[in-house]
Amino acid sequence: MAMSETASMGGVEDRTIPCVGRVSARRIESSDVVTLDVETPEGPVRYAPGQFNMLTAFGVGESAISISGDPASGRLTHTVRAVGPVSRALCNLRPGDAIGVRGPFGVGWPIGTAATRDLLFVAGGLGLAPLRPAIYAALAERSRYGKIAILYGARSPDSIIFRRELEGWRGRFDLHVEATVDHALDDWRGHVGVVTNLISQVEFDAEQATAFACGPEIMMRFVAQALVAREMRESDIHLSMERNMKCGYGQCGHCQFGPFFVCRDGPVFAYEAIRPLLALREI
Amino acid sequence: MNDGVILSCADLNALIESLRAEGRRTIGPVARDGVIVYDDLESIDDLPAGMSDEAAPGHYRLARRDDDALFGYAVGPHSWKRFLHAPVQRLWRSEGERAAARVLAEPLSQEKTAFIAVRGCELAAIAVQDRVLGEGETVDRHYRARRDNAFLVAVDCGTANGGCFCVSMGTGPEASGAYDIALTEILEGEHRFLARAGSEAGQALLRNLPQRAATAEDIRAAREVVARTAQHMGRAMPVGNVRELLARNPDHPRWDDVAARCLSCANCTMVCPTCFCTSVDEASALDGSGTARVRRWDSCFTMDFSYVHGGGVRSSVSARYRQWMTHKLSSWFDQFGTSGCVGCGRCIVWCPVGIDITEEVRAIQASERETEARHGNA
Repeated sequence: MAMSETASMGGVEDRTIPCVGRVSARRIESSDVVTLDVETPEGPVRYAPGQFNMLTAFGVGESAISISGDPASGRLTHTVRAVGPVSRALCNLRPGDAIGVRGPFGVGWPIGTAATRDLLFVAGGLGLAPLRPAIYAALAERSRYGKIAILYGARSPDSIIFRRELEGWRGRFDLHVEATVDHALDDWRGHVGVVTNLISQVEFDAEQATAFACGPEIMMRFVAQALVAREMRESDIHLSMERNMKCGYGQCGHCQFGPFFVCRDGPVFAYEAIRPLLALREI
Repeated sequence: MNDGVILSCADLNALIESLRAEGRRTIGPVARDGVIVYDDLESIDDLPAGMSDEAAPGHYRLARRDDDALFGYAVGPHSWKRFLHAPVQRLWRSEGERAAARVLAEPLSQEKTAFIAVRGCELAAIAVQDRVLGEGETVDRHYRARRDNAFLVAVDCGTANGGCFCVSMGTGPEASGAYDIALTEILEGEHRFLARAGSEAGQALLRNLPQRAATAEDIRAAREVVARTAQHMGRAMPVGNVRELLARNPDHPRWDDVAARCLSCANCTMVCPTCFCTSVDEASALDGSGTARVRRWDSCFTMDFSYVHGGGVRSSVSARYRQWMTHKLSSWFDQFGTSGCVGCGRCIVWCPVGIDITEEVRAIQASERETEARHGNA
């Protein structure tokens, strides 16, 4: 049995120590994106939608990866894009392989406080991964919410992740799902253009809506502006930020974003709290 | 713990001997390679007798004093950070099947230490790092263990060097805070030290040393030492709300001005006694039998520091300098309820091009005042 001696050495929990999990399933989402199910020795895991883990590919390194699965399943699921040595090594793991897990870290989507309201999920590219647990949570209690819309933008049709699931959601009468791509070949019959363009196509009550957005920073900035233009309140718009992270709990300094540590105070922030920072270059 | 006692040079040596007899590694100022560093001390003979440090922006030289002062310098490039928040710290290693079956936490340091000649600014810096690493929601075990194992012998500053601005930061030149024993070196008349205990451990140790009671004259002379040092401090952080000043000036043209001078060499962050940023590296055994994760000091001045897929967030030197200084003097308050600067002046002295943090604050402050004045006249 894989064991870790995280333990309470000297009565203090050491958050630098990963537990050794095992990959139990691997699914290819697109040419460079893989979803891994991970079993940990501690058994079922509890996390809030929007939180992330620090995942270790032993001998290669560690990376902050959002949790992309169903929080009710008790299982850890991560969706990783191969962009550097660590994420590539994580993507190459196979069922049975060991994987280091630290976490969960950070503040997630305030989905619980959005009951009775209209929900708007706006995702760009891999940004759909950290939003998916919140979508699952909302769908698990569908009747508690008003209208729900999922707007998704991808680079091209073949880079769309969770495709089957999106198609399934699109077939539901109680969901409004729209997808767009930046560029496509002749066989694409859907929208082409940026995800912000889709906002005008959804109906929601701006007074009674909560929006959750994740994607490239520039996309989130424009999404937030478009939602404010539709008269949504800045405090009802939530964005998940990305920064370099090494520790996960505000002590390595890497993820600083103005006064915030993205790992600890975020990654999910109300637009209201970070709007001035988003307007600054290289902050 | 109040008025204190008087130790002679020989009695001071007995203090070091007692600490060593307790099994402590005694670390203190040693003149080496043309600077005063913190390294192992066996007796007072290892202290930099008759030495002082002459410092200015981008300049540091050891100089001879015309007396035998043992603590007649201010601060060198080392700070106590290197003994509490280790520059390189293994966190864990893994072993077993494919080097990934078991993760073994790195054992905590058991080494008992005594730091000799901790300055007022350094006590303040230790208090700052306590808040960042040693307290609160997440405690760094390695820092905590080293911190708990350290006995602090503080020394009031009898001299300020050209980098010092502790008076304006409220951290010196008198040692205050969490010391075990504090000393004032008195050179006037007989060479002696006024010693006072700051903890029970300090009191117990002091009680067993050869000593004599302090007279009113000793206490007056000790106060004089600190007062003189404060008077001779040539540098100051500008008065005013620096925290707010920097928070509202992220777009100030001065950031480009300083960036034209800054080499982004990271010296300021390495010598800073409060900078705490770290990175981690993976170290693998060549035979594949195991891996380890090693934490090392990092700096917000490197390009890698803010790297995310697609590039560094702060690619310009201007953005990196702004990050460092705004964090140190402004957002540190938001994060830890205190300034990140203690006024030791190391970043000024060890900057190869002599960038002065107090001058940069002054420039931003002055331009704001000019703008206000202009608008007032208009």
